[in-house]
Amino acid sequence: MPYIYIQPIKTDYAPWIEGLEKSVYTVFGYHTKVANLDINLEKTFDQTRHQYNSSQILLQIISRPPADAVKVLGVVNVDLFIPILTFVFGEAQLRGIGSVIALHRLNNKFYGLSEDRELLKERLVKEAIHELGHNFGLVHCNNQSCVMKSSTYVEEVDQKSADMCSRCRELLRELL
Amino acid sequence: MKPSDIHILIVDDEASIRDALKQWFELDGYNVSSAEDANAALLKLQQGPWDIVMLDIKMPGIDGLELQRRIKKIDKNIITIMITAFASVETSIQALKEGAFDYIVKPVDPDDMSHLIRNAVEQRRLMHENNQLRQHIDDISFSDEIIGESPEIKKVLEKVLEVSQTDSTVIIKGENGSGKELIARAIHSQSHRKYFPIITINCGAYSDGLLESELFGHEKGAFPGALYRRQGRLEMADKGTIFLDEIGQISDKMQADILRVLDTRQFSRLGGDKVIDVDFRIICSTTHDLERAVQEGSFREDLYYRLNVVTISIPPLRERKLDIPALARFFIKKYSQSMNKNVLDISQDTLDMLVEYNWPGNIRELRNVIERAMVVAKGNLVELDDLSFFFPVVDIGSEETLPSLDEVEKIHIQKVLDQTNGNIAQAAGILKVSRLTMYNKIEKYQLKKSKNDMPH
Ligand SMILES: [Zn+2]
Ligand SMILES: [Zn+2]
Repeated sequence: MPYIYIQPIKTDYAPWIEGLEKSVYTVFGYHTKVANLDINLEKTFDQTRHQYNSSQILLQIISRPPADAVKVLGVVNVDLFIPILTFVFGEAQLRGIGSVIALHRLNNKFYGLSEDRELLKERLVKEAIHELGHNFGLVHCNNQSCVMKSSTYVEEVDQKSADMCSRCRELLRELL
Repeated sequence: MKPSDIHILIVDDEASIRDALKQWFELDGYNVSSAEDANAALLKLQQGPWDIVMLDIKMPGIDGLELQRRIKKIDKNIITIMITAFASVETSIQALKEGAFDYIVKPVDPDDMSHLIRNAVEQRRLMHENNQLRQHIDDISFSDEIIGESPEIKKVLEKVLEVSQTDSTVIIKGENGSGKELIARAIHSQSHRKYFPIITINCGAYSDGLLESELFGHEKGAFPGALYRRQGRLEMADKGTIFLDEIGQISDKMQADILRVLDTRQFSRLGGDKVIDVDFRIICSTTHDLERAVQEGSFREDLYYRLNVVTISIPPLRERKLDIPALARFFIKKYSQSMNKNVLDISQDTLDMLVEYNWPGNIRELRNVIERAMVVAKGNLVELDDLSFFFPVVDIGSEETLPSLDEVEKIHIQKVLDQTNGNIAQAAGILKVSRLTMYNKIEKYQLKKSKNDMPH
């Protein structure tokens, strides 16, 4: 039986794993397992930008996925970038096996606000569903409340829901 | 245009940049391809069609500037966006001068990148629509629906051609349904601005605040509910034409705002202080008598004189009856195709009836009548019977066939609605009843509120 694997990377997953597993199952119908891949995070650190290269992390995640993995989602708590952009919340291969998301900029602390654990969990779930959606072949959606709407600000993450709009859900059903 | 209809080509010698951009745009659903240098790019360009090319300024061999020149030679409408590693202002400005849409300095903020590409796609979409429109106008070769053969309409067309060679502001006057927007589009599509958009804004359709934000755009948080930065119509009309439909209906404040933009060609988005320069031509339309509005003090005289450089008056259909047969046949042909029917012509007595009628709703009303007749037409000809909804055949000799008051009321209200193009306030004004009464009647008789706009 195939699973969606969640790979926490140098981050304590106890506070959010249960909620994430539930949401992933509800949306995609796959049960989840926590992966234990050997990921070298330090190797992806960029000295000049003081950020971690998300594409390089993604490469490590997909290089040796578990045999029963349908998808593998990495979760880090560092600031991610891709060379052309100043930062990214996460990265996913379209119709691929792997994706990675970062808690760093989803955390209120990053914006100088007091920590809000519930909000952080909510944002994490949205970003996880979003990137996994890309893995299953969905592209960005124009529906303001759809989880597949692209968000470049954390406020935009808050504006959308954790659910897919009916159109994306329909597409996903065809893609699954 | 769906995102997958948009073809983007990325040209960069650095694989990591190429791949990252390709991946990023693919997640938006665009069709993306990449090339590692100018030669590879030129090869792909020949396999076209491409909408947007993002290219690195600095590349070994043929550099970005030179590549852009060659791209523009292949197709000057392809949107080019330059990528540069550091803010080399001079080269970037040179690139803009030579027709680049914009440039990015890497690394770029994801939000800026999203906006940039959305704007580029929007530009491309408008260009595409415009080309279709141009095609359309070429197709009907200034003959069918806008034109006709009457001396009245020929005079209008001569003026269209004349004014399209200039950048003058134009006021188009005409009754409802006489085809003012069609004339505005004809002017635009004959002008040197034709490859840029014509943006229409119906000034009568917005409240004051909304009109302001529609026209000038707003920054995120400019007012409650402004969740996103939004580009205004004026910005979208850059290098093109802005068509202000029903200019007579705007408030004093908007009149002052528009006057200022006319003078400075500059404005700011609501809630923002960045000054935006725009290059546009204004065409406006009015059904009202603006001169009288000026005399009565409801329309600024200075604005009126700024706008009223050239006036084109479209004669009402009843003053160009000569054109009715050609127009009727044009619509029959058009609806035959779209309804997949084999109606070829119109019977002479029906045509006589149409010519006889005085068409208060002008071409739009004629079009609506033909459309409805076509729905019921059975044979190859539109017959008088098919127009019974319009010219009720009343046989006064027999009491049974006399229409009831309700029937007469229904037909009459529908006629007025058609004439006002579904504008309930206007229809209520004509019928001298309240809006509420209008809504109730529409509900009662299940009337059609809105018809499509003028055909174009
Ligand atoms: Zn996405
Ligand atoms: Zn959606």
